[in-house]
Amino acid sequence: MNGLLNVVRLLGAMVTEAIWRTGFGARFFILLLRHSGQSLTRVHLTIRELYFSGVLSLLIIVVSGLFVGMVLAMQGYETLQRYGSGDALGVLVALSLTRELGPVVAGLLFASRAGLAVTAEIGLMKTTEQLDAMDMMAVNPIARVVAPRFWGGVISMPLLAALFSAMGVFGGWLIGVVLIGVDEGAFWSQMQAAVDFRFDIMNGVVKSVVFGAAVSLIAVFEGYDCTPTAEGLSRAITRTVVTSALAILALDFVLTSLMFRGQS
Amino acid sequence: MSRTKLDLWVGFFVVIGMGALLFLALKVGNLGGSNFTDTYVVMARFDNIGGLKVRAPVKSAGVVVGRVTNIGFDTSGYRAEVTFALDTRYQFPRDTIATILTSGLLGEQYLGLDPGGEAEMLKGGEVVQITQSAVVLEKLIGQFMFDKAAEAPAN
Repeated sequence: MNGLLNVVRLLGAMVTEAIWRTGFGARFFILLLRHSGQSLTRVHLTIRELYFSGVLSLLIIVVSGLFVGMVLAMQGYETLQRYGSGDALGVLVALSLTRELGPVVAGLLFASRAGLAVTAEIGLMKTTEQLDAMDMMAVNPIARVVAPRFWGGVISMPLLAALFSAMGVFGGWLIGVVLIGVDEGAFWSQMQAAVDFRFDIMNGVVKSVVFGAAVSLIAVFEGYDCTPTAEGLSRAITRTVVTSALAILALDFVLTSLMFRGQS
Repeated sequence: MSRTKLDLWVGFFVVIGMGALLFLALKVGNLGGSNFTDTYVVMARFDNIGGLKVRAPVKSAGVVVGRVTNIGFDTSGYRAEVTFALDTRYQFPRDTIATILTSGLLGEQYLGLDPGGEAEMLKGGEVVQITQSAVVLEKLIGQFMFDKAAEAPAN
């Protein structure tokens, strides 16, 4: 009987904790937005973060985009060929990349490449009491440390996702046209006929902006909120990766059903 | 790392990202070429539109001259109302015939325009009077089988 009560109590504690953290996260987000002014007026703070989250992610994004596009073309051709429509390979590659794979896979890579680093950096600053020291010097740590990292992520994510999609299409072209021998004219013209700029590409960009904001918010929040010990820091980093991946996939489902359901 | 080098790298990154977006817009998407700036909207009513979709191309003699913007249902006549935007560069006579055609045997459906001979041209907001519905393959096959059965000698 006592054991059962304990289980129920544990469940209650978990739910309360989850609600409390969500509320704290929302208040943190509002605070972050209110203190964002400085990161926009003192541009070099944000530019430094753009370098760390954007420029240093270039290599992994380019290489993975290329390989995802190449695999997509290989597997897609196999199936399309069975129905005698191998020419539609360009459509398959471009639509799946611009609508889904570009934003989602780039977002997952971005979370594990840049988001994790942000959590570790802020968490370590908190553990070594640098954030408190800043507060003592009347420097707001949210304006000085958190907001630039957040905006750096929000700005670099759509650029990385666009690069990922472009590299994927290039990879698909490489395998489809150069290696397999799909007709080049059909590849591009069918792609251009099927992919709409506003409907497909811009919706992909909107998705990547949303994912960038979600991943960056989770990363800075977990760092700022971590228990200031070595173990707390490692748990915060783990939570960043897991929560961002789940957030990206869940948001992608919601956005896709809002954007593309019942249309074409 | 020095400030200028940092700026340089970030600038490089932004240029690459923007370039990728431009590549997607111009080479992958249909922003270049088939996007129409000045259009006029015309409507046509069909008995059956088959699998026609919004944003399907409108072609005349095989050239894309516009796009389907909206598909609705007219309850007064129980017919489909297809609204489409045509490029202002292309003017069609008022007795133009609108047909729903399929590209290839199983390809996507599009709206075909066969120009008539009248001197007066279609204006924005007008309705194309002569239309031809989509060919529904199942109906065609059903018709064929019915005819065959009627032909077969009774024994």
